Amino acid sequence: MLTLRLPVGDAVEFAVGWIEGNFGPFLDLTSKQLDFLVSSLKDALLFLPPELFILGIFLLSYFVGKRNIKLASGTAFGFFLIDNMGLWELSIETLALVLSSTLLALIIGIPLGILSAKNTVLFHVVKPSLDFMQTMPSFVYLIPALIFFGLGNVPGIIATVVFAMPPVIRLTSLGIRQVPKELTEVADAFGSTGWQKLSKVELPVALPTIMAGVNQCIMLSLSMVVIAAMIGARGLGYQVLFGIQRVDIGMGFEAGLAIVIIAVFLDRITQNLSPK
Amino acid sequence: MDKNIKLEVRNVTKVFGKNPHKVISLLNEGLSKSEIFEKTKQTVGLNNVNFEVYDGEIFVIMGLSGSGKSTLLRCLNRLIEPTAGEILIDGQNITQMSAEELRNTRRTKLGMVFQNFALLPHRTVLDNVAYGLEIQGIPKEDRYFKALAAIETVGLKGYENSKITQLSGGMKQRVGLARAIANDPDILLMDEAFSALDPLIRTDMQNELLALEDRMQKTIIFVSHDLDEALKLGDRIALMKDGKVVQIGTPDEILTEPANSYVSRFVAGVDRSKILTAESVMRRPEPFVSVSSGIRVAIKLMKAHGISSIYVVEGKNRRLRGILMISDALKALKAGKSLEDAMIQEPPQVAPDLPLSDVIPLIAESQYPLAVVNDSGKLLGIMVRGTVLGALAMSGQNGHATAFEEKDPEEKTSEEKSLEEKKFAGEKFEENPPEKTDPISKSKGEAEGKAGNEARFPPESSGIPDISGGINNDGIDTGSASTEAAAKAPLISDTGPGSEVKIC
Repeated sequence: MLTLRLPVGDAVEFAVGWIEGNFGPFLDLTSKQLDFLVSSLKDALLFLPPELFILGIFLLSYFVGKRNIKLASGTAFGFFLIDNMGLWELSIETLALVLSSTLLALIIGIPLGILSAKNTVLFHVVKPSLDFMQTMPSFVYLIPALIFFGLGNVPGIIATVVFAMPPVIRLTSLGIRQVPKELTEVADAFGSTGWQKLSKVELPVALPTIMAGVNQCIMLSLSMVVIAAMIGARGLGYQVLFGIQRVDIGMGFEAGLAIVIIAVFLDRITQNLSPK
Repeated sequence: MDKNIKLEVRNVTKVFGKNPHKVISLLNEGLSKSEIFEKTKQTVGLNNVNFEVYDGEIFVIMGLSGSGKSTLLRCLNRLIEPTAGEILIDGQNITQMSAEELRNTRRTKLGMVFQNFALLPHRTVLDNVAYGLEIQGIPKEDRYFKALAAIETVGLKGYENSKITQLSGGMKQRVGLARAIANDPDILLMDEAFSALDPLIRTDMQNELLALEDRMQKTIIFVSHDLDEALKLGDRIALMKDGKVVQIGTPDEILTEPANSYVSRFVAGVDRSKILTAESVMRRPEPFVSVSSGIRVAIKLMKAHGISSIYVVEGKNRRLRGILMISDALKALKAGKSLEDAMIQEPPQVAPDLPLSDVIPLIAESQYPLAVVNDSGKLLGIMVRGTVLGALAMSGQNGHATAFEEKDPEEKTSEEKSLEEKKFAGEKFEENPPEKTDPISKSKGEAEGKAGNEARFPPESSGIPDISGGINNDGIDTGSASTEAAAKAPLISDTGPGSEVKIC
């Protein structure tokens, strides 16, 4: 049977090459700015000695976690353990990567979510794209990111943003669409402008759903940041990769444990930030 | 019309669907809502609606679900865009307004109260009420001041910092109402505002809305599916069916002159005793006697009219002083006592706006006719059992009335009696026991003091001396009823022979 092999792979390759060829300077600029963002965030976080940082984390968990002393002391102990295992600097770098990718994902994702909630046409474009982004194996994003931005933290961030953004868009859109019709009618009936309606009625009412999206985004970022070590992103992922290459179970486990501690800390904090 | 038109709806049509203008031409050809749906799969929400709302009135839009009443209300502030037609508020056509003009009109002229309260869950009571002011950019201090005043108006003072989730349904709707009046709009749009409340709270809220309306004189457009609510609140009612207005009129007009069979079926189940008031069924108090006329005049009047009791009034203002029984009058005449001494002071009396449902137990227990008296004590009219039952029996079935008219007085009386038995079957109803104290006398002590006095009167069916052939010894009530022909000028709804039947 004669089959014509459709050149899907070739087409993508061509497109990626074309983008690189034509947008090279723009990509370089983006790369530099992102690199600056991550390294300054990392430097800021490393500015405090571990002991003070742990104290800060303790206080943050205590107050954000509605004065839950168990949560606060558990978190503080976790970070103490990280420091004790000698993974402090790597963990902070991972934290910086997660925070900057999450920030980017939110900056792009929330407005896109709002727009797609308001605009049916956009919604029908965005929805299948999100499905595509979420089901495509995450490793695949590494390749174009590598081509565009070379090795290092920046392609890691880009791949992470693409991977972690869908739930933000989805849940923001869902939250806004789920605002009861009577409430949007209230906004209109009392003469709100479009912006007032969004900022005073829709976003506050949708906030719990949006916060669930933010939480998901952070969790996905963390998992992707580790995978991004394969294209040169540093941090704990790099340590895990190192452990695999050397078949060093102790090293791998320690790095993995540090990731879990950071994940639990970020999860609890964001969950407590969202209004019930 | 001497009233100002506040809002005018002209030929408003709303079609839900993709090609509404095609539907409008089909409507013009006279196709029905269901035919159009079959043909085009588009729904006619409103079909050529016309009405006017006057300044300061409560206008109720009533209909079953799906009749288009909520759609109509939302067209008034363009939450739903009408497909065709004009809506004028203070003469300005809201359907032609730009987004900016519409926003200003909504802010200053239109307040809205929603069925399920629609309060913002993330805000306190105060911030919910201040919402309308906040979006107008009014400084915090100012808007909180106004919001607090509105909260006080609806009786929620002290709750301003409560969370919405802490409030009960009735309180939530008070917040909704406060939010609507905080802007001080001219027109309040109320969409089934009390439907989600339980019956007792609903009644309270209705009463408070009426009280509020008395004080603030806003124009209120109230959507309801509850006929009792519509009849209670509405100065005028528009009854809707399938997107059309079937009838517009006062509650009395809707009840007594239904425009078609749909309306009459709709109103058939109404408890008229809650709608009709003492004032609307009372008879003229004639004859009455002035306290200065003396006892002989009183007896003469009673003889002439064939009645066994007569109201005693004082002065030009017909201030009610008491009631004189024929037996007392005769005894007093023999003993040489004055009219004032012989009469019973503080006779049973009711306010003109008391609903019949409240009058029934009073009149059932009272052995005298009830006097209808206004705030300044003026005797406006009297009610006997016959009048009340007649009004209730009419129940919007005008056909019955003619049947009554043709009967001769004797038969009618017996019919009344059987009706009476039916009506009061569930209540403790005795045929005027002689020692009954007057249940509605304003000063109870005085009434009890008079118990002995009353006891001197013979029980009704036994011994009032027959002074003239015309007197009916069956009792005061039926006695009065039988003399309605003589009274000749019944104000309202007399069941008396030959009298015209009319309720409003």
